[in-house]
Amino acid sequence: MSKDIYVVIEQRNGHIQKVSYELIGEATKLAADMGEQVVAVLMGYQIADKAETLIHYGASKVLVLDEPVLEHYTTEPYVKGIEYVIKNYAPNVVLFGASSIGRDMAPRIAGRIHTGLTADCTRLDVDVAKYQEYLRKSTNVPEDKIIALDTSDRNLKMTRPAFGGNVMATIVCRNYRPQMATVRPGVMEMPEKDTSRTGEIIKVDAGLSMDDMNVEILDVVRSDKKAVDITDAKILVSGGRGVGGPEGYEPLRELAAELGGEVASSRIGVDSGWIEKSRQVGQTGKTVHPNLYIACGISGAIQHLAGMEDSEFIIAINKDETCPMMKLADLGIVGDLHVIVPKLTEAIKAYKASQNV
Amino acid sequence: MKIVVCIKQVPDTAEVRLDPKTGTLIRDGVPSIINHDDKAGLEAALQLREKFGGTVTVVCMGPPQADVALREALAMGADDAYLLSAREFGGSDTYATATIIATALKKIGFDLVITGRQAIDGDTAQVGPQIAEQLKVPQVSYAEQLEVEGDSVIVKRQYEDQAHMLKVKMPCLVTALSELTEPRYMHVGGIVDAYNKDITVWGFDDLKDDLNPDWIGLKGSPTNVFQSFGKQPKAAGTVMAGLSADEAVAAIMEKLIERHII
Repeated sequence: MSKDIYVVIEQRNGHIQKVSYELIGEATKLAADMGEQVVAVLMGYQIADKAETLIHYGASKVLVLDEPVLEHYTTEPYVKGIEYVIKNYAPNVVLFGASSIGRDMAPRIAGRIHTGLTADCTRLDVDVAKYQEYLRKSTNVPEDKIIALDTSDRNLKMTRPAFGGNVMATIVCRNYRPQMATVRPGVMEMPEKDTSRTGEIIKVDAGLSMDDMNVEILDVVRSDKKAVDITDAKILVSGGRGVGGPEGYEPLRELAAELGGEVASSRIGVDSGWIEKSRQVGQTGKTVHPNLYIACGISGAIQHLAGMEDSEFIIAINKDETCPMMKLADLGIVGDLHVIVPKLTEAIKAYKASQNV
Repeated sequence: MKIVVCIKQVPDTAEVRLDPKTGTLIRDGVPSIINHDDKAGLEAALQLREKFGGTVTVVCMGPPQADVALREALAMGADDAYLLSAREFGGSDTYATATIIATALKKIGFDLVITGRQAIDGDTAQVGPQIAEQLKVPQVSYAEQLEVEGDSVIVKRQYEDQAHMLKVKMPCLVTALSELTEPRYMHVGGIVDAYNKDITVWGFDDLKDDLNPDWIGLKGSPTNVFQSFGKQPKAAGTVMAGLSADEAVAAIMEKLIERHII
């Protein structure tokens, strides 16, 4: 019988990616509801020493596939490794990060195993009572429909945005196992590390060899700009069409620096080449929920709102009083960002100086 | 070289607006377009044909109206077009969709299949890799550059923090990012030609010899929708208009201090 929640760990150059810990945290909560365990699957080359850490974050068991062919990510060897794990261990649930690696590997595995896969989930539930609570609090589903849900349903309910975040859908996979999902980075809570936790580490020989590689890596091109992770930032100062050009981000950078935050962007700034892709917020960019999001000259296309609407406090500065961002904002200022932003930076500097006296 | 490009007709989500009263999607009058990533893939295919010869075939699964998307692809310069359209295909999830498209691709034949990375309505990025799996050919997704060298393709594969230059033997499947290339416009002669060309329409009967009816459509999809809903709109904030720049800054400062941000 299928059991346990398996988390496919993502590592790059031997570094475990944050989303993997977030998934272990989420899987731990679900496992408690299901009466099952969390198993981490660690794949790579010379990475076995990282297994312990996964236990400290909450995994009960770690399966390690340590092979030269897994040194760099390529599709087939990784797919074959997980295929072996699924066929030999029969997981109930398998979770992946919805990164450019997870979104490449997971659909191919689901296709090979013939099971369902839900992309880019932002919420997972097994317990119906918790799911009903969520529907009541955060959605427009009428009470009679919520009450009518079968509370004995033990399927994984995978909730994701569609249509650029306009509509939310909860997906189930009733007739096939494992139930598989990719989960957006930055959405699930980071679990506490506890070095006193113990668990089992199992080395798995999935019979992989260099012959499994059906692509040849000619070169690895590293991005020269240091990649910033805007999902980590507590404060984001974000610019859109209204900033007007690459130089328009400079005052935003200064404000962000003064606030100890990072600068971000809507899609237009990235598509126009004004700012690097890694700073894009939205459906095709990153999902963020900082304590403060200052939207400068961003009208608020639904794809953008989908990536930032859960920010704790939102300030919008825009000339257009009627734009969607104004409606979403906790504080909307109708005005010219080119005047207000530099003045705000100065005011913060002055305030800080006055506090230090 | 036979290149087959899979395209999807999607509503232009940049044009989709929310009804402020009901919080639901206003889809009336929203134009349908060829999905951005798919169109970039089509353009890349046309450029490869110009350099290396061969043919470019476009395939689209969808309702009869998706014919328009295929006409646009023909007007851009595609050689022939297939529309996969049947009641039995309706309600397919990514697995079932990939099953149908892969069956058609086997019948059409190909050296290189190009799909978009993901569609702007579903945003799953799953159909490309799942077609590749059913075709049992290698895949390279997230392509930002694409070249042909002999019987192989060279792809710059994008990751969040780096890129790989990959070499893959054909037959294979590549999923294109919209950054791959800027699509050309249709030209007048192309538009006229596009309406003189025949689009091959394949229904269930045309594919049924190779298609398991239990694996397609709503019933054959491993995943099903359990609930769909709009989000609860949050409480309205304060909008302040007609302030001087200094007053605006003061209003913001008050909130930053109140919330202990500074």
